[in-house]
Amino acid sequence: MSHAATDPATTAPSTSHDDRGNQVYVAPGWKLTWLRFKKHRLALVFLWLIGLITIVATIPAFFATMDPDDSRAARAFRPPQVIRIVHDGTLTLPFVYAAESARNPRTLKLEWTVDRETRLPVRMFVKGFEYELFGFIPVDRHFVGIPPAYEGSTVHFLGTDRLGRDQWSRLMFGTQTSLSIGLVAVAISTLLGILLGGISGYYGGLVDNVIQRIIEILQSLPPIPIWLALSAALPRTWSVTTVYFAITVILALLGWTRLAREVRGRFLSLREEDFVSAARLVGASKMRIIFSHMVPSFMSHIIAAVTLAIPLMILNETFLSFLGLGMRPPAISWGVMLQEAQNLQSVVNAPWLMIPGLFVILTVLALNIIGDGLRDAADPYAN
Amino acid sequence: MHLFILKRLLIAPFLLAIFSVIAFVLIQAPPGDFLTSYIAELAQGGTSIGQEQIEALRQQYGLDRPTYVQYFVWVGNLLQGDLGTSFEWRRSNAELIGERLALTLTMTTISLIFTWAIAIPAGIISAVRQYSGIDYVITVLNYIGLATPNFLLALLIMWFAFDQFGVTVTGLFSPEYVAAPWSLARVADMMSRIWLPALVLAVAGTAEVARVVRANLLDELDRPYTEMARAKGLPEWRLVLKYPTRVAIAPVISTLGWYIPRLLSGGLVVSVVMSLPTIGPLLLRSLIGQDMYLAGTIILLYSVLTIVGTLLSDILLALLDPRIRTA
Repeated sequence: MSHAATDPATTAPSTSHDDRGNQVYVAPGWKLTWLRFKKHRLALVFLWLIGLITIVATIPAFFATMDPDDSRAARAFRPPQVIRIVHDGTLTLPFVYAAESARNPRTLKLEWTVDRETRLPVRMFVKGFEYELFGFIPVDRHFVGIPPAYEGSTVHFLGTDRLGRDQWSRLMFGTQTSLSIGLVAVAISTLLGILLGGISGYYGGLVDNVIQRIIEILQSLPPIPIWLALSAALPRTWSVTTVYFAITVILALLGWTRLAREVRGRFLSLREEDFVSAARLVGASKMRIIFSHMVPSFMSHIIAAVTLAIPLMILNETFLSFLGLGMRPPAISWGVMLQEAQNLQSVVNAPWLMIPGLFVILTVLALNIIGDGLRDAADPYAN
Repeated sequence: MHLFILKRLLIAPFLLAIFSVIAFVLIQAPPGDFLTSYIAELAQGGTSIGQEQIEALRQQYGLDRPTYVQYFVWVGNLLQGDLGTSFEWRRSNAELIGERLALTLTMTTISLIFTWAIAIPAGIISAVRQYSGIDYVITVLNYIGLATPNFLLALLIMWFAFDQFGVTVTGLFSPEYVAAPWSLARVADMMSRIWLPALVLAVAGTAEVARVVRANLLDELDRPYTEMARAKGLPEWRLVLKYPTRVAIAPVISTLGWYIPRLLSGGLVVSVVMSLPTIGPLLLRSLIGQDMYLAGTIILLYSVLTIVGTLLSDILLALLDPRIRTA
């Protein structure tokens, strides 16, 4: 890392080299981790992407173009409208072509045709439906949309579903649910994992044995059937919020084992390290050894493991909701949206119903790459 | 070697007992006793059920007795080969599960073979040619494979096959064989269809196994014994396959114990999407319809499959690694 400072070929180091070298030598562990992580270009790019997705998840209504529950049969299965900037060969401000629907007299299916005469302008920060930012600031501005002057026309970047609801807006709200379920479930599993893994690794002996056997049994259960059975037992009368928390607990119930193993492994390997023995020999207390010597040195590993656990949880929620036993409508999550695309017929009829799946892939991919980058950077003193 | 396997065999019944308790807890999980909800449902539909019939059912499951007695009644019935009756289907659970179980096993096994047949060579190539073009391609494919939910992959393939070629790839049998009795032609028909869901199911696991093999092999390639073999002039490919690879794939086999439950898990979702007649969709329906004894039996079956799988992986591992046999 500090090549310039130690390389004999550059024996006349400038002051800036010395400064940088010194910075590296005195930097705390987390800073070294960050310096190494920054070298992983791809992970950095995906970190930006996740930042963007997090912003969407915090204020989904701002990014939505319509009320996500606004359904109208006359709008059903409308194909996505592409944002264009070229009309009749000339460059213009962004717009979408309007669409017209007609019922096919033979199949009775609603068929959509693009109307190349009517253009609907697409602008940023337009007025739209009213919502409350963070739950208490009333706002009616939206990130993109068509100006209020075109009242009556709607724009659907990702098309509409069976009930004529706007997929783009639903996706924005679904991002909030899916991402936060992943986070909350992982937070619960992390707590359980650090607690039980820590106990297991620190005390060893019988306690360790019992906890390890429990982990083995939990890991040899097929997760999805168990989750399905547990969530099928949730009363149908529960509210969306209650179901939400129940699902996170159910997911965390089998999810903590990997983290516990990770924590235990770190504890076991660190227990024998020189700096821990040194601390013990100078008479530091157990708590001090754990919290000011051991925890900081494996914190980055835990962060990496947690980052890798979030995408798994997101996938699991998607599976459960997709099968109809996770989040239930009227809640909106990626899995709930994908439920609309559950069989061949609906997919053939409206392929754009699979688009939420691409967002799942992108998010999970991004989190996996960031997690790998963190894991590689986690041990700043290696090499 | 024999002692090692014998030890493993002795653990199996304990595991089975624990799993049966877990399955029973899940049976009991929905609020209310299932018989009352069943009677209420029948009454709603207009059919009433005779008092003596209710009594017979109550006795069969010991519902009038404490919970722990119910558990032993259930386990006792299972041990005698009586898997109970499904309320929703009005058929014996054994009859419902039978053929589906065989199909599930076939699909899982084929999927496992795919996983190893693709992942192990991919991992080896990736490690031996580290940082080459093919290594990058494999790494990128791994990331995508890990991130794609298998039901979405199944949907995409179904849609593509229908949209481009007009082929419907759902189900395990062509229409003329769905209800036909088993024959060689029916098996051939099934085999011509089962590989696709098995492949879809294998994707995520393949990505993971390939990563593990690559990482382990990279560690082993620097070891002195590898250098030694190279110094003696062994051709590179024979050397890699003969020594470090054997060490590198050991963890892949030892983690079979938890890979099988995940295959069964994933198989459930893929089967629902592709409408395959495996036990997955049956479990889903029984859970939604609160046909809990059927559901519990299926979950227990999943556990049995896992135990058998773990046992097989232990034996394979002992064959592969002499250090384990003697330990």
